[in-house]
Amino acid sequence: MKPAPFAYRRPGSIAEAVEVLAGEPNAKVLAGGQSLVPLLSMRLAAPAMLVDINGIPGLDKISVEDGGVRVGALARHAAVLASPDVRRVQPLVPLALANVAHATIRNRGTTVGSIVHADAAAEMPVVLSLLGGSLDVEGPSGRRTIPASELYLGPLESSVGHDEIAVSAYFPALAQGAGVAFEEIARRHGDYALVGAAALVDGDSVKVGYLSVSDVPTVVDLTGVADADLGEAALAQLDPAEDIHASAAYRAQLVRVLTARVVRSAREGIQ
Amino acid sequence: MTEELHDVRLSVNGNTHEIRVPARRLLSDALRHDLKLTGTHVGCEHGVCGACTILVDGNPMRSCLMFAVSAEGSEITTVEGLTNPDGSLGHVQQAFLECHGLQCGFCTPGFLTTITAGLRENPTPTHEEARDMIAGNLCRCTGYQNIVKAVERAAELGFETDASAPSSTTGSAS
Repeated sequence: MKPAPFAYRRPGSIAEAVEVLAGEPNAKVLAGGQSLVPLLSMRLAAPAMLVDINGIPGLDKISVEDGGVRVGALARHAAVLASPDVRRVQPLVPLALANVAHATIRNRGTTVGSIVHADAAAEMPVVLSLLGGSLDVEGPSGRRTIPASELYLGPLESSVGHDEIAVSAYFPALAQGAGVAFEEIARRHGDYALVGAAALVDGDSVKVGYLSVSDVPTVVDLTGVADADLGEAALAQLDPAEDIHASAAYRAQLVRVLTARVVRSAREGIQ
Repeated sequence: MTEELHDVRLSVNGNTHEIRVPARRLLSDALRHDLKLTGTHVGCEHGVCGACTILVDGNPMRSCLMFAVSAEGSEITTVEGLTNPDGSLGHVQQAFLECHGLQCGFCTPGFLTTITAGLRENPTPTHEEARDMIAGNLCRCTGYQNIVKAVERAAELGFETDASAPSSTTGSAS
């Protein structure tokens, strides 16, 4: 199918993009488009306008900052995955990115776009949530920082305003002596995961983030839980959903298995 | 409503084309319908099958997941651009011919573009890497075995082509 008609604007600066967005309440921002274009083609979305940010210079920057790494709104997954800086500062980002679709999709799709798209089946929203990262957005009243904990409101719904543009995402660095791991089970390589889990182990603190389990990316604190009880402790705080691909019981089993695996793997990775 | 049209200049296989299209024209449709470059095939039209894969500035991308208006300023290579300048088959195409890497041929353009870029990045893939290279493309005929063989054969052919080419004295052109 083909997308419904829409107006198209290609601003040359963030300020111009914000202005264009302010004039059309039913506009969507187009970055990589790897999630948005299928939604348009299947007519699950029909915005009146697309604001293409691909012409805004400097938005593809990846920079190491004090205590973390910042990824610009136009940095493609492939560039973030290949970045030695990102790998050094926060290895969970490339661990998860390797599971984002296929290389061809990663060449066009953006990491920030995936975070804003707020799909609970996607990897990067969980990573940002688990690490306690944040998203910088710009709107008519200026720039603000949204902590990941306040970003996800519901299925495919974020707290980014319709008149705001995501400018960059900030991933805190891996602390000395901390470890991370990521694993997901998908029906086929590159497909959306049936269940995915990311672990962050730092001293006594154990946290695990889940994708494809709930409506929103979900992080569970498993600090102090005995290894043998990790899966059950996680399930006590989760309510795995059923869909055409997996029953709730099967998802629960994947949570048990993956929780134990990623926590063990995160511990083993500590240097 | 009268749909707004955009003048778009597309650079495809070294040629510049000027088209006037609505913003919603998918790049895959612009290539096929406006430029009549029907080598790019459209399968699922939502990014899953890989048949419409083209190279954008050398990187494989799904042309069904891009709009033609967004592609202005990029250098696009379609399957038509993979033949040698003299019209003979490029080394990936030649490898598909030799290894029976296709049956119905519908998915083939997407495989050829993907593998061309894949071998540029990794000219000597292991068997596993060859399999991984094509993991984002679907083929319903071959069972993939001969396509994997074609990746490995294309790597050999590419190597032979490079070795037989006169050595450059002006440094790398890429």
